[in-house]
Amino acid sequence: MFKNPKQVFYFIVILVIILAAVDLPENFRIRQTLFGKKIDVTINPVEININTATIRIQKQFKTHLGLDLSGGTHIVLDADMTGIPASSRNDALESSRQIIDRRVNFFGVAEPVVQTAKSGESYRIIVELPGVTDVESAVALIGQTARLEFREFRDAGAATGAAQVFPSLTNTASVDVTGKDLRSAKLDFGGDTGAPQVALEFGGDGTAKFASATARLVGKHLAIFLDDQPLTWPRVNTAITDGRAIITGGFTLESAKSLALQLAAGALPVPVKVIEKRTIGASLGEISITRSVRAGLIGLTIVAVFMVLQYGRLGFLADLALIVYGLLTFALFRLIPVTLTLPGVAGFILSIGMAVDSNILIFERYKEELRRGKPWRIAIEQAFGRAWDSIRDANITTILTAIILYNPGNWQFLPSSGMVRGFALTLFLGVIVGLFTGIVVTRTFVRVLYREKEKGKI
Amino acid sequence: MIRFSKYMWLYALISGLVLVPGIYSLIRFGLKQSIDFTGGTLLEVSFDKPIAESMLSQAVKTSNNTYLFRMKPGESEEVASSATILRSETVGPVLGRELLVKAVIAAFLAILCIFAYVAYAFKDIKFGASAIIALIHDLLVVLGVFSLLGVVWGVEVDTLFVTAFLTTMSFSVHDTIVVFDRIREYRRRDEKTPFHEIADRALTETMVRSLTNSFTIVFMLLALILMGGESTKWFVVALLTGTISGTYSSPFVATPILLFWDRWEKSHAR
Repeated sequence: MFKNPKQVFYFIVILVIILAAVDLPENFRIRQTLFGKKIDVTINPVEININTATIRIQKQFKTHLGLDLSGGTHIVLDADMTGIPASSRNDALESSRQIIDRRVNFFGVAEPVVQTAKSGESYRIIVELPGVTDVESAVALIGQTARLEFREFRDAGAATGAAQVFPSLTNTASVDVTGKDLRSAKLDFGGDTGAPQVALEFGGDGTAKFASATARLVGKHLAIFLDDQPLTWPRVNTAITDGRAIITGGFTLESAKSLALQLAAGALPVPVKVIEKRTIGASLGEISITRSVRAGLIGLTIVAVFMVLQYGRLGFLADLALIVYGLLTFALFRLIPVTLTLPGVAGFILSIGMAVDSNILIFERYKEELRRGKPWRIAIEQAFGRAWDSIRDANITTILTAIILYNPGNWQFLPSSGMVRGFALTLFLGVIVGLFTGIVVTRTFVRVLYREKEKGKI
Repeated sequence: MIRFSKYMWLYALISGLVLVPGIYSLIRFGLKQSIDFTGGTLLEVSFDKPIAESMLSQAVKTSNNTYLFRMKPGESEEVASSATILRSETVGPVLGRELLVKAVIAAFLAILCIFAYVAYAFKDIKFGASAIIALIHDLLVVLGVFSLLGVVWGVEVDTLFVTAFLTTMSFSVHDTIVVFDRIREYRRRDEKTPFHEIADRALTETMVRSLTNSFTIVFMLLALILMGGESTKWFVVALLTGTISGTYSSPFVATPILLFWDRWEKSHAR
């Protein structure tokens, strides 16, 4: 792309200015008197807000912190176990917990805590969501039971001309097909109209049960109930034997998507109600976090000083490259966005270590080549070239590890939520950025800014 | 050049001194699991007067002077004695068995991939296997040390420990590959020199880099242990153990195994 190192250098400088704008602290107020003028500004990261006829882009760059670092919303759900035999209540509670966990993850809330809680005869689920300030919508999301049920009209006469009769729980009877029989539910678009609809696929017994119900009801209406409310009651034209059905009627894109997600995540085996909701502080303790942040900064400073002591001006250039590294990674965290938790920060620190290592590898190589009596210009270029082999192999193994831990395919036998993922994501991003800064940024800085007295023969 | 390959018995002794008590303790006592794995009591309490900071490190502030504590059943009395209990519930684990099993499967899969990649990149299965043995060595060191810490000081392993475990995994291989890379380079350049001499040269030349790199990480972690918050202390100790073992194992576990294997292979080829 760029042959001339100077061009790359200017590119990096421009990149840094953009990154710095994205990385600005939030609501940071400066009040100071400078040269007799009073300064009072509040700094915020830049926002993108483009509104034209065709494009509408809105993006705010904010840091998303996890429960352990900044707290969030604490919601307690009480499960109504009246219809469940005492022996299977624990199982019902646990499967409810898993379903809520899946729902929360589906809706993109990273790193939640979902755990069961029992006190005496009450069965509860505690849900903690990081960074969620809109408590009401969070409650709406997890408290929704999304119980899907297929029902037939008790009075067959009414059922044939059912357009006038409004189905209710009293004038219909269950056909024993519910959301539990579903294998999948997807957002779909109607073939003719392109209107949003929800495509259902039954699995296991569900296919057979649905087939026999529809066979029995040919020419009659089948009512679909969601959370005990009739949703739609289409007429059955033919028996559906392949286990596939479609719910149509009056969906917006959003409502169809949300219903499909709720159905796919599964229905709760027990009805739950919210008994408590409020905002909570960081679970690692605020004092602890302030201290650790300060300690981390001191640690980074020591590392920076150490690099200068060890490698002189080269070490200083490496420190500059590391600042670019920090800005770039942090901007990515805000851009994606990544919910930062302590495991995430650990992944980040590990990747900083690996980025520093790239520089150390190159500089040690440089010293070696110098010792062999090569002129510095050749030595430094060779150092970059030779160190690349080991940097590449070491980083590829780390990237492989991060990908497996992140589980991008959402495979069932690998972790699909929580802290392992947070760790893997920051590690992955950190290593990729580290490769870029280690090879491109440090190298360009050295090529453009570093000079040494020519000695030896060329 | 330092003749590292002469002192292999010493490396075996050092590793043994750490591994044997660690593994013994791991088998005999296991790891002390925290409430993250076992579940326990969730207490909401309100204090009349300010409380000790050490206690606050495991509490979540809900309002001015009310806090949420997550603790094991036995520990709740200590808090209860000095405060008014607003709520007390038995809670399930945050990291259930299911998720833990999945994390372990993922770790195994990752190790397999690392093995395959290293064997491919170095065109020699010996390199892959030695790197993995060093990796397992480091993981056992971390597990063993925390089992011992659990016995002596009651240190518990929590979800953060799982993270430290995974970090050690990545770091260990990263470090080993840098050393192996140098061996590969020298072996390519001259094939006549005996393997152990090549290894000695590679170790001598990568030693400064290994130490420098570890120093930077150790500085960072020591700062976090000495000045950082209480709630992250043992997590950082786990990371530190992994880093030290990971640095040590590249020249002193992975490389000796590679040498032994090579010697064994050659003596049997004849």
